[in-house]
Amino acid sequence: MSATWRAYRRNILWNAALIHRLSGIGLAVFLPLHFLVLGLAIEGAGKLDGLLTLAQMPGVKLAEAGLIFLLVVHFLGGLRLLAIENLRWFGGQKWIAISLAVVSGSIAFFFLIHVL
Amino acid sequence: MNVRLYLWQRGTAAIMVPMILVHLAVIFYAMDRPLTAEQILSRTQGSFAWGLFYGMFVLLASIHASIGIRNVLSEWGKLKSGTAAGVSTVFGAALIVLGLRAVAAVVLPAGMLP
Repeated sequence: MSATWRAYRRNILWNAALIHRLSGIGLAVFLPLHFLVLGLAIEGAGKLDGLLTLAQMPGVKLAEAGLIFLLVVHFLGGLRLLAIENLRWFGGQKWIAISLAVVSGSIAFFFLIHVL
Repeated sequence: MNVRLYLWQRGTAAIMVPMILVHLAVIFYAMDRPLTAEQILSRTQGSFAWGLFYGMFVLLASIHASIGIRNVLSEWGKLKSGTAAGVSTVFGAALIVLGLRAVAAVVLPAGMLP
């Protein structure tokens, strides 16, 4: 493989598109589990409480922070896409993409240190 | 992705923008208040507004996710268009059923649950 074959992988906006897709897949995998857990309330508060107790474990809190990151980074990346497609073109897309990823990571980190 | 799916994908995304902000606000509100299941359900059961909000959110997210999964299956999974469409439709339908069941579990008054 030539060096140029993979050159696009160093492009920030290509990586932004990759993160958008991977975060979307992550959320799509998580959604059925999220719905199944909430659906436990049908069997009464006791069942749901059992899982809420599990949510106090540090590993689960770390996973929750990861999910917050996936949701926010997919949301903000999607907003950038909607803006590109529907508004007048504006420059600085690479910096905007980096900033959105940093904001997403910061929000997830804020969540993590708050719940730990 | 054809034009019809593209419009559904972007349309559902645009409508979900304020809904995701509300959902994030709910998450961060709950973060500071470790509630028991009983306390959570006492706040949500019987609420028509939350039921309508999250019912709509489930429908939009399920449509949006199933179109995204269809794209991934055909572009990365190299599935034929018909197969990708079939798998993603089943996935989307399952999300709608599980999601609406979850909304009903959290929002319907206890006496109305099966």
